[in-house]
Amino acid sequence: MNAEQAVMAAAEAIADGKDIPADHRQYVSFAVGAEQYAVDIMSVREIKGWTDVTSLPNQPEYVRGVLNLRGAVLPIVDLQCRLGAGLTETTPRHVIVIVALSNRQVGMLVDAVSDILDVADDKIQPVPETNGREDARVLSGFLTDQEQMVAMLDLERLLGHALLEEEPAEAVGA
Amino acid sequence: MNDFEQFKQTFFEECEELLQRFEDVAVTLKAGPNDPEGLDDLFRSVHSIKAGAGAFKFQRLVVYSHEFENVLDLIRSGKLELADGDPELIVQAGDILNDLVCAARSGQDVQDGHEAEMLERIRAMGSQTGTAAAPVSEDASKPDTNGDFVVRFRPHRAMYETANEPQLLIQALKAVGDISILADLSRLPELSKLDPAEGYLSWTIEVRGAENEEAIAEVFEFVDGDCDLVIEPISAAPREEGQAVEEAPSVATPAETTLATSNTPPAAGANAAPAAAQTNSIRVELGRIDRLVDMVGELVIAQAMALDSLSELVDIRHVKQLQALEDLTMRTRQLQEGVMAVRMQPLKALFSRFPRVVRDLSKKLDKNVRLELEGEATEVDKTIIEELSDPLTHMIRNCMDHGLETVADRVAAGKPEQGVVKLSAEHRNGRILIRVSDDGRGLDPEKVLAKAVANGLVEEGADLSKEEIEALIFMPGFSTAAAVSDVSGRGVGMDVVRRNIQKLGGRVTVESEFGKGSTFTLALPLTLAVLDGMLVDVACERYVVPLSTIVETVCAEPSMIRDLPEGGSVMSIRGEMIRLIDLCSNLRLSREGKTEPLRKLAVIVETEFGRRVGLVVDELLGQQQVVIKSLETNYHSIDGIAGTAILGDGRVRLILDIDGLANMETSTSLASEGSVDTMDPIISGGVAE
Repeated sequence: MNAEQAVMAAAEAIADGKDIPADHRQYVSFAVGAEQYAVDIMSVREIKGWTDVTSLPNQPEYVRGVLNLRGAVLPIVDLQCRLGAGLTETTPRHVIVIVALSNRQVGMLVDAVSDILDVADDKIQPVPETNGREDARVLSGFLTDQEQMVAMLDLERLLGHALLEEEPAEAVGA
Repeated sequence: MNDFEQFKQTFFEECEELLQRFEDVAVTLKAGPNDPEGLDDLFRSVHSIKAGAGAFKFQRLVVYSHEFENVLDLIRSGKLELADGDPELIVQAGDILNDLVCAARSGQDVQDGHEAEMLERIRAMGSQTGTAAAPVSEDASKPDTNGDFVVRFRPHRAMYETANEPQLLIQALKAVGDISILADLSRLPELSKLDPAEGYLSWTIEVRGAENEEAIAEVFEFVDGDCDLVIEPISAAPREEGQAVEEAPSVATPAETTLATSNTPPAAGANAAPAAAQTNSIRVELGRIDRLVDMVGELVIAQAMALDSLSELVDIRHVKQLQALEDLTMRTRQLQEGVMAVRMQPLKALFSRFPRVVRDLSKKLDKNVRLELEGEATEVDKTIIEELSDPLTHMIRNCMDHGLETVADRVAAGKPEQGVVKLSAEHRNGRILIRVSDDGRGLDPEKVLAKAVANGLVEEGADLSKEEIEALIFMPGFSTAAAVSDVSGRGVGMDVVRRNIQKLGGRVTVESEFGKGSTFTLALPLTLAVLDGMLVDVACERYVVPLSTIVETVCAEPSMIRDLPEGGSVMSIRGEMIRLIDLCSNLRLSREGKTEPLRKLAVIVETEFGRRVGLVVDELLGQQQVVIKSLETNYHSIDGIAGTAILGDGRVRLILDIDGLANMETSTSLASEGSVDTMDPIISGGVAE
C-alpha cells in the first residue's frame, strides 16, 4: 500500500469508526526494515510521502530534521534509527506518518504503510520481561494473529523524551 | 449577553480609559496654577464617569464623582488654586474613584464608608473658596447643542497643492447636515494678477442638524493645517434661521458681508484641532487579530511558494502574467504590513504608568526625582509592550534605588537636588530602542569588579575592559546594593531583565560614567512575528542570519585569517581582531562530497554585549523577510538556533542565534574537542583529493 492509498483507507476507517465494537481498536501498521509496527489510528494525523527535511544541528542521529506541514514546523524521527537499526536510506517511496503526542505533532519516517488493522483489545499480547532493553520499552504489546507479528508502539516512550527535553549526552554519534 | 449588559461592558471599558487619562494628568499636577487643558481633561474624565454611572444607577459612584467633579470644576475655572498636598490628594481621590468603578463592575460593593473620608477631604478642599457644592443633578449629560454650526473655511495654497478640492469637502458636508453657503470673493485680484495656484476664496457655511462638532471636523480632517477652519455652534436663537438659508442658495454668491468673518480668530482655530484629532476606533478581541496575523503569515508563505514554482514556467513572453504576479506579491506584502500595524500600539500605554511609580518610590526612598518621558508615541507590537512592563519597572526602580544618590549626597557632589530619570523610545533601523537613564552616581568599575570576584563570577586578577565589567551586572547572582531593600530585589535583578529582553529577541546594554550616571539601552524588534534576515549557504544548507545583528560582510583574504593553536581562528579586519565561528563545524555539517569554497566569506555580526564575531559562510544568498515559526511548538529549543522560518520554496530554514553560537563555540572548543577533530580529516581529505 502506498501513502495515498493508506491515507484513503485510514480516512475510510475513521469514517466507519462507529461500527467498531467497543472493545476493538483500529491501528495503522507500517513496515520498518523487515519488521511490522503499528500505532493507534486515533493518534495518526496524516500520512505523506518523504520529502527532504531541514536538518537540525547537534541533535540525536534519529532526528532527521524538520519539515513544513502547511505552515507548521514538525520534527521528523527516523523510526529505524530510533529503534537502533541504523539510518534509513531515504527514497521518494518512503513514507512519513504524522502522529499527535501531547499537543505536539511529530513525523515518523517509515519504509511503507502496510494496513489498517481492526483489533480486539484482548488479542494484544503483553511485552515479556526483557531486562529493560531499550527497544522493548518502546513497545506496548504484540499482535500475533496476523500473517506476521506486529509490534505496537508506545509513542510516549518512543518519542516523548526526544521532543520534550534536550539530552545532550545522547546528542552526537550515539 | 443582552444589550444592556453590553452597554454596561462598554461603559466600564470607557471608564478604564478615562481613569487612565485621569491618572496621566493627575500625576503631573503641581501646587499653584496648572495647565488648563489638563485640568479640563481631569474634569471631563470624572464627569463622563458620573454621567455613565447615573445611567446605570451606580449611586455611590454618582455621589462620589459628583463631589469630586465639583472640586475639579472649581480648580479648572481658577476659583481654587492647588495648595501643597492637593495634587497628591487628587491622585488618591482618583484611586478611590477607581475602586468604586471596580466595585460597580464586579458587582461586589466596597465596604461602607470606603470613600467617606476622601469625600470629606475633597469637600474640605472645595470649601476653601466658600462655594458650596451643588446638589447632585439627575441629568448629568452635556448641555445639548441644537446641532447647528457655522463653519468658516479658508483654504491655504498648500491645500490646493495637495490636490484637495473645496467643492468635494462642501459636498461631504452635505452628508453631515443641511448646509447653506456664503462665498467670500473679496480677496480675488484682477484677472491679470491672478495666480492660478493661489487660493483666494473662503466660505462661510451654516450646517444645520449636524450630530456634533466632531462630525463636521471629520470632513476637514485631511486638510487640517492647510486651511483656516473655525467651527462654532450657532446659538439656538431662531432669528437667523431661514434668513441665511434663503440668502445663500449657491456656492458662487458674492458676499461682502462675510469679509470680517474670514479672518480666523486664532483662539477658535485651536478649538477645532482637538476635535479633528479624535480618532474613531473599535475594540477587537486580541485573539482575532492574532488569528488574522497567523493567516496572513501563511498567505505570505503560500504566495511566495506559488511565485517560486510559477517563475520557472513563466518567461519573457508572459509579461502580463509576470506583472500580475508582481502585483499580487506587492499586495500580499501590503496586507501583511497592514495586519501587523493593527497589533502596533503606542508605548504611551506602558510609559504612562511610570510617573506614578516614580512618584510613589521617590517618597519611599526620600529622594527628589523627576521623570522625563520621550517618544511615547513610538509604536510597538502589543505583545512586546506587555512583556516590557516588568523589566522596565525593575530598571526604573533600580535607577532610583541604586543609581540616584540621596539628596545630601547629590548636593555634596555638586549636582542639583532633583535627580532625573529619563525614559525614552525611538525607532532605529527597524528596531525599537528604549533607554532608561539617570544622572546618578553611575557604575563604579572597581566596585563592580570586586563584587563579581567576591561572588565568584570572575576570577581574581582578570583583565576586563570597562564595557566587559559593566556587562557583569547582567550576570545571574550579581547585586551591587550594599543593603538589600524592598524596593529593588536581592540579586535577581538585571539578569532577569536581560533574560526577559532576550526572550523577546532583544538585547540590553549599559553605558555608564562613574559619578555622572548610567544609561540602559534596550534594543527590541518591532514585532515578534517577522524578521528581516540574510539568507546564507553553508555546506549546501541554508540558514537565516537576523539582519539586525549583521555589521558587515567581508570576503576574507587568506592573509587576514590566522588559525589558533587550540583550534578556531581569528581574522584581522582594519586592525581589529575578530574571532571566527566556523558554522560548518559548529552546526556539525558534513562537507563530504562538497567542495570547500576558495575564499572564506565572513559575516561580521554583533552579539548582545556589542562583541563582534565573524560567521564563516560559503555564500550570501540575499536578504529576505521571513515569518518566524517557533521550533518549540513541536520540538524543543536548540543551542545556536533562534527559531525557524518557512521560505518561498516551502522548505524550513533555521534562524541562527548569534549569541548562542558565540557561547557555544567556546564550550565546544574546550569540552568536546574530540568530536570536532574527528570531522577534520574528512574535510581536509576531501580537499586534498
